[in-house]
Amino acid sequence: MREYILRRVLLLPFIMFGVAFMTFLAYRIIPGDAAILHCQLECTPDTVAALRHEFGLDRPPLPLSVDTKPPFLEIHGDSQFGGWLGGVLRGDLGSSFSYRTPVTDELGRRVPITVELLFLTVVLALSIGLPIGVLSAIRPATPVDWLSRFLSVLFLSVPSFYLGILLITFGVVWFNWSPPQFGTGYVPFYDNPWINLQQFFFPALVLALGESAVLMRLTRSAMLEVMRNDYIRTAWSKGLRERAVVWRHALKNAIIPIITVIGLQIGGLLGGAVIVESLYNLNGMGKYILEAIIRRDIFVVQSVTLLFAVSYVVANLFVDLTYAWLDPRIRYA
Amino acid sequence: MAREVALPLEIEEERPEPRKRWKRLLSTARKHPLGVFGLGCVSLLFFCGIFADLIVPFDPEATLRERQTYGSLVKAIEPNDTRLTIADAQLEVGTNFDIDGERMSVVPPAPKVSGTGTIINVQRASSQSAHEAGAALELDTAIANIKPSWSHPFGTDHNAKDVLSRVIFGARISLLIGLTAIITGVTAGAFFGVISGYFGKIVDTIIQRCVDILLAFPAVVLLLAIITVVGDEDSSVRRFLANNTPLPKGEFLGIPTFLDVFIVALVIGLAVAVFTTRVVRGAVLSIKENVYVDAARAMGASDARIMWRHIFPNVAALVVILGSVLLPVAILAEAAISFLGVGVPLGTPSWGADLSDEKSRQNMLEGIWWPVFFPGLALSLVVLGFNMLGDAFRDLSDPRLRGSGLGGGGGGGAGRGPI
Repeated sequence: MREYILRRVLLLPFIMFGVAFMTFLAYRIIPGDAAILHCQLECTPDTVAALRHEFGLDRPPLPLSVDTKPPFLEIHGDSQFGGWLGGVLRGDLGSSFSYRTPVTDELGRRVPITVELLFLTVVLALSIGLPIGVLSAIRPATPVDWLSRFLSVLFLSVPSFYLGILLITFGVVWFNWSPPQFGTGYVPFYDNPWINLQQFFFPALVLALGESAVLMRLTRSAMLEVMRNDYIRTAWSKGLRERAVVWRHALKNAIIPIITVIGLQIGGLLGGAVIVESLYNLNGMGKYILEAIIRRDIFVVQSVTLLFAVSYVVANLFVDLTYAWLDPRIRYA
Repeated sequence: MAREVALPLEIEEERPEPRKRWKRLLSTARKHPLGVFGLGCVSLLFFCGIFADLIVPFDPEATLRERQTYGSLVKAIEPNDTRLTIADAQLEVGTNFDIDGERMSVVPPAPKVSGTGTIINVQRASSQSAHEAGAALELDTAIANIKPSWSHPFGTDHNAKDVLSRVIFGARISLLIGLTAIITGVTAGAFFGVISGYFGKIVDTIIQRCVDILLAFPAVVLLLAIITVVGDEDSSVRRFLANNTPLPKGEFLGIPTFLDVFIVALVIGLAVAVFTTRVVRGAVLSIKENVYVDAARAMGASDARIMWRHIFPNVAALVVILGSVLLPVAILAEAAISFLGVGVPLGTPSWGADLSDEKSRQNMLEGIWWPVFFPGLALSLVVLGFNMLGDAFRDLSDPRLRGSGLGGGGGGGAGRGPI
């Protein structure tokens, strides 16, 4: 396990480099000049050249270029890729093409929103999925079980964006209530916790329902598996109450795969954040990258994509570490 | 806590007669009503997708218009008179109508109500003939946002398009994108997975590091990024597909922008391929240790032959299962990126695109719920159907759970895709 994790950690920089290279290259092979896309109406050759110079688009894209004339291989010290990567390593993610604002400033405002959204989602998903899953496993083939299985397959199937639209509509049509961010914009938790939670509850719920369905199914199958074990029979025969058997003996052992799956779902949640944030008008990372992609703001896209990938890979690594820590049998395996 | 698991004793049963087999199938179906429901949903998807153009009541792209006739022209119109009194028609400024074949439009100032009817000012078309009192007034309007009714079971949307027809065509687009993505993705994934697992060493390293890089992106972000690059108006991939393949550039199968839809499918296929490569490679690693592979090699079989004849048949079942599990995921992925406005072009009757329509969503807040509700319902039902069908199959194939009604628990994250 140690070796495995060490390999994962050592591999991390290479994967990150690959991710950076791919996103960089992808947005350089788009036909059409990025500068022309962004100068809009006043596109004279001079302004385009000035824009290209300002954003360094007139420099060679890659540090190495191959040519048919000698010298066949050329090394560029001032390449765009090198400049960007160097900046990223120093903590400078470049700045937006359209708004001229540094990406790091923008992210400073937006990352807390996405983190809060994902945190609430995981909390909600756990508090919905875990109890229902446990209940369904300890009362198999009863109405409780049928209901929970039906709910899980339903939540699993209804796409988050559809659920979100329905929730918004019902709020407006039936209660004449819409989430406060549609009017006021994001309110930080420390300024006004009540408004802040109102803003985040529904987007988090929309994401969490799908997530809780996964947890429900997983908890149920893991618990069914665990409840068959000898030590559970021993616990029963000791005369322990059901609560003690289920929560202390069974769930403790069933929780390990559940934690893994939460980690594996982080990628899905990051993707879901893109959808839910744009639906609920939350100015988080997801909405930022979506808008940048639609605007073709290549500097924002390449940096934020890299950030998404880094958070995803690091989250997965973290889960692996947690896994080994939670289950001592795995540690030296 | 007692838990009874009734294990059926079917072991001694012989190979059933054909009639018996039907009976067993029926009893299986009765035991898995949710599975049958799922099968129904999936069958409906395939039926609607394949026969879309035969069963749609209206053209999903056409703006539906309606001709209403009012025999209510009270005052005759003189050649230079542009005032007209009508009895009851609700004619707003900008409305066009015909009298005796002559096109007229209502111009400001707004209609005034008089004792006998409504006086409106009209702009007359070229002809300057007079019209008789009592001539028929023909109103030609687009019927937008009408409620679900017998003639339009799902109503019409704000573009006056029939929602039912769009939902049926949405099934075709979903199916087309899903199947194309799965077939290309799974084929490519199996190909690279087998090669990567079989050759090992440097080939394996290169392929797996590429997979690592692609798996490092959250799926939605990866799809968004690739589609904006590949789907661009004059991207090289798009130009290549348009010029060097027999793919139609314009309308095909009733889908207006077939090429764009196809490109979306290919990009989703790429994501499918990445995942498949990883899974197949894992399977191949253990399969290639089998003795029959050594035997084949000892007999002088080439690498290609061993891979094709000895390794691939052993992963074929896995590949088929992966394909069927990923099909709803691919359909959902298409809907999600179309919803974000990056997938299929605007106006294509895709479920995701219809859900994302800004105007429809605005209207929904005012009570016009049908243009958004039905496409989303169709999408949810399709995914629900696939999930229920998958659960039923898992119940049937897991002998520990057979007959106990306890299935549907395994897998956990397996059925959940990028969304």
